[in-house]
Amino acid sequence: MALPDPGAFVSMMGVTKRYAGVTALDNVDFRVGAGEAICLAGENGSGKSTLLKILAGVEQPTEGVIQIDGLQKDQLNPRLSAAAGIMVIFQDFSLFPNLTVAENIAFACQLTQHQKWFHKRDARTLATVALERIGVDIPIDERVESLPVAHKQLVAIARALASEARLIIMDEPTTALTEREVRSLLRIIRMLKDDGVAVVFVSHKLAEVLEVSERVVVLRNGCKVAEGPAEEFDTTSLTRHMTGRDVPEHPPNRLIETPETLMQVRNLNKEGSFHDVSFDIRKGEVLGITGLLGSGRTSLAKALFGLVTPDKGQINLNGHPIPLGDPIAAASSQIGYVPEDRLTEGLFLTQSIIRNVAIGRLDHHDKHGFLDLPALVGDASKWSNRFKVKTPSIEAPVQSLSGGNQQRVVLARWLARAPLVLILNGPSVGVDVGSKSDIHDIIRNLASSGLGVVVISDDLPELISTCHRILVMRLGKIIDEVGAGTVTEDELAYKLAS
Amino acid sequence: MNGFFSPAGFFTRNETLVALVILGFSCIATVSDPNFLSITTVSDILRASIVLGILAVAAMLVLISGGIDVSFTAVAVSAMYMTTTFTLAYWPEMPWPLIFLLSICIGGLLGAINGIFIAWLKLPTLIVTLGTLSVFRGFLLTFVGSQRISALPPDMRGFSRLMVARGTTEGGSFYALPLAFVALIFVILLTWFLLNYTVLGRSIYALGGSVESARRIGINVLRIQFFIYVYVGMLAGLAGIIHGSMSRMADPFSLVGHELSVIAAVVLGGARLVGGYGTLTGTLLGVALIVLVQNSLIVVGIPSTWQSVAIGLLILIGTGVPAWQAKKAAAEAA
Amino acid sequence: MTSNRKTSTWRQAPEFRLAIIAVVVFAFMGMLSPERFLSEQNLTSMAFQFPEFAILALAITLVMMTGGIDLSVVGIANLSAVVAALILTEFAGPDLPMQASLLWFGFALVASLLIGAVAGVLNGALVAFLGLPPILATLGAGLVFTGLAIALTGGSAVMGFPEVVAVIGNTQVLGLPTPLIIFILLAMALHLLMTRTAFGIRISMFGTNPLAALYAAVDVKGMLLKVYMLSGLFASVAGMVIMSRANSAKADYGSSYLLLSVLIAVLGGVNPYGGYGRVIGVVFAVLSMQFLSSGLNMLQVSNFARELIWGALLLFVMTTNTTFWNTFRLPLARHKK
Repeated sequence: MALPDPGAFVSMMGVTKRYAGVTALDNVDFRVGAGEAICLAGENGSGKSTLLKILAGVEQPTEGVIQIDGLQKDQLNPRLSAAAGIMVIFQDFSLFPNLTVAENIAFACQLTQHQKWFHKRDARTLATVALERIGVDIPIDERVESLPVAHKQLVAIARALASEARLIIMDEPTTALTEREVRSLLRIIRMLKDDGVAVVFVSHKLAEVLEVSERVVVLRNGCKVAEGPAEEFDTTSLTRHMTGRDVPEHPPNRLIETPETLMQVRNLNKEGSFHDVSFDIRKGEVLGITGLLGSGRTSLAKALFGLVTPDKGQINLNGHPIPLGDPIAAASSQIGYVPEDRLTEGLFLTQSIIRNVAIGRLDHHDKHGFLDLPALVGDASKWSNRFKVKTPSIEAPVQSLSGGNQQRVVLARWLARAPLVLILNGPSVGVDVGSKSDIHDIIRNLASSGLGVVVISDDLPELISTCHRILVMRLGKIIDEVGAGTVTEDELAYKLAS
Repeated sequence: MNGFFSPAGFFTRNETLVALVILGFSCIATVSDPNFLSITTVSDILRASIVLGILAVAAMLVLISGGIDVSFTAVAVSAMYMTTTFTLAYWPEMPWPLIFLLSICIGGLLGAINGIFIAWLKLPTLIVTLGTLSVFRGFLLTFVGSQRISALPPDMRGFSRLMVARGTTEGGSFYALPLAFVALIFVILLTWFLLNYTVLGRSIYALGGSVESARRIGINVLRIQFFIYVYVGMLAGLAGIIHGSMSRMADPFSLVGHELSVIAAVVLGGARLVGGYGTLTGTLLGVALIVLVQNSLIVVGIPSTWQSVAIGLLILIGTGVPAWQAKKAAAEAA
Repeated sequence: MTSNRKTSTWRQAPEFRLAIIAVVVFAFMGMLSPERFLSEQNLTSMAFQFPEFAILALAITLVMMTGGIDLSVVGIANLSAVVAALILTEFAGPDLPMQASLLWFGFALVASLLIGAVAGVLNGALVAFLGLPPILATLGAGLVFTGLAIALTGGSAVMGFPEVVAVIGNTQVLGLPTPLIIFILLAMALHLLMTRTAFGIRISMFGTNPLAALYAAVDVKGMLLKVYMLSGLFASVAGMVIMSRANSAKADYGSSYLLLSVLIAVLGGVNPYGGYGRVIGVVFAVLSMQFLSSGLNMLQVSNFARELIWGALLLFVMTTNTTFWNTFRLPLARHKK
């Protein structure tokens, strides 16, 4: 066990956490100094979420000691933790959508100060001050639910500041942001540091990790496997520590010689989202679509599958027009869509893996009104195995799977329908580095087998390594088209931002 | 995105919609019967709104917090009946403020039972309150009594005769506004203060907005939920005793069955089932509309047998139109 | 095989627990007054009574699978019965010969089923197309249906049917009361629908995650329309059974049945948030409630106490099931129960 560190603000020593037979954290030391920015890196299941929860007081360690300002704390709970100045910003920001920005920012502060009376004016003052501290201007009387994601995050940060945070912990802060917003966030983190506020952030996005942190701590399987100044790490070494193996990225497979056009999108228009969008998707090709805030890329992706109804335009598949705004028609025309947020949009968590895979093929096994259950189960098993979904039993609820495996279930579901075109919206969001690479392999292989694949992403390395062509969107229009192998990550980032 | 589709603008429009319907209704009624718009009618409507209004405020609070309560009528009638029988048995001369206090306390206790299941055991609100509705009324009828009592404690009867304003119009019609109306005003003011000027009140909105976020920033969800149901129980107790007093009878079979009207009023006024939204203004407008419909349909030419249809249609249109607009807005913003 | 939950053995399933409860209640009541409770007269009487609310419970179960609730089932039942009754009294009085009255009865039956279906589709449209929360949609629609029944009858009972009407509710076929046979057939049909058809699986999946169902290209709107339409049909069958047993129709018959049906569904293990439910569980819950009810009657316990006990039983079952349900609640559940 390490010696107590009087200089640190928060010091965790020998912290172990066990849940019913699973050791989530094993003898981990972790310290945070004032004004320090630390990146906590690790795959899903590495224990980093558990570490955060313990810091936030949401969970208690099974063994080990936590010290705040050199004083031992035996029982932390959210209120005590917040009172000590430790604030966690979770991925969903934990805001109240029905309350205004001012109220959201002031709330936590009023709670910790055990205030009884609520004064709108005081809340607004608090909010204005907090927002100024991070140099941001948002209308404080607006309800949070009407704000864009990036602004919601700023409100969450402002709230932490208003509560006199000395340590702000951010869980995957950049997942929902685009490149430019990420830059903005990093700038704010620097401001916080200068102000003496420590920041711990947990991220999958390795490049950002290295850019703004002073120190990096890597967890793997509940143990701390690496720690050191950020300069000593690079993407490769970080990946190696996080996964325990080297995971190189391949370039996309070669296109077949004369690719035929599979899908034609012509003059697609939706007021407020995208304008006059036209492009082709070719057989065997992976087409990437990317862009910043307001670029319309997600809206466009959804429109291809009928989840969003365009005002004008045409989509043709193999020469036949597809009815717009109708996901059922899109699916029966052999278009598939793997959604961005698999937990809320893709999976039926408490239902079995079989059902999650088979849901697209129910009618196929319909015999005179009744389902041919053995055939259905066999079918689902086959597809589940083909995508190497790791599970002790396919009857297990899908929520028992890891993120990467869950994503495979959704893929299996759509591939079982033998689509001609598959649209993947953020295919590796929230998936650990090892699985991410596997999913990229899957994408490349899909294209090689003749599908037309569309990847919507803002993960530039992902786009570069999987796509043959990349469309760049801004403010609803396609402003550029980039070929594979002709562009570097920096050039692409520049195109996005300029 | 701002402006027309923002929840703020949208929400206000719900209240103005109801206000417009009330206006429209009153106009048609006045055309049909010129005596409609008179002090008598107004005082009749105000009087009929008292019990419904107090119950609606209570129901609104639960809705804002993200739950739904259908047991408040059972709480009201149980508190009223138990109070009446107790008073008659032990101290018939009890002054009405004490009688009222007793009913409020019993209501609070019953509300606390709801609180135990909902706040502490975290069971779903609709099902729990369906259960406690049966339990409270079943208990009342089995163990306390099932007789209609018309020989009320004298001070209860006396209360019903206390008036804020009374008189005769030039036309010869009689109007009277009972003191009980002040109770409604008091409830409104108290709740308004609670919701807008206390952290507790804002926490109720927060709870309705997101229970998980509330937990994470350290809001004591259990305590607040418990408080809500006790407060609602107390309001129900008050409404019940006023109801008994003004109807000059303690009828253990009354009130239950009218939950729908109360919830209709609250929902028409803009409170949303998902929680986090609801204003006193909207709720009171909703109450006014329901009372109008219940009491004055005949003036507009609709026979009383069509009353349920009218209220049902009101609910459907009053909630359907905003729902459809929200759907359209969401589709356009996608 | 395609269970939506891992049940290691059938012994651990909540439905097994319900079967035990049903047996225990039966045994308990039998012990307390064996000569009366276990008499053939009582058993037959019970078998005649429970199908009325049991069929309604089946309707509510189906809707609950989608995470919704149908508060209008009693309204639909009464409206269908009232319409059928009006047809019968208008065109086929008590003196009509068997042939003709049978024909008219058939006609009235069809009319009532039609009403049930149309009412159900209306509910479904409100939920699917307007996006109204099911509680509000069926609450408002239910008021309209009940209101129409009141308006059509002026509030009083409709009587004066040909003899054939009483057949469904009061006769036995092969020793089993006809209402019971109807219930068994409907229960079996619902079970098959829920477990062996694509429609049934979709309903369960939708109840678990409505958004994911949309994204998986399930025809959500069509499915909801069908679900509520079926619920309406079941409700009108129940209405006909009630009418046949009472030999009259009234706008407010069975008003306590709504609460009872919801109680039974929840007791029967149906997850109010959607995604899980078993017909057999509902059947055991129905039996438990009926045994309890009849038994209490025999013990001269007042009707009011029955209400108390039902409510207490519901709370008790909910409490003991509590950890079970909380795992099924999606963190982002929009609907409220």
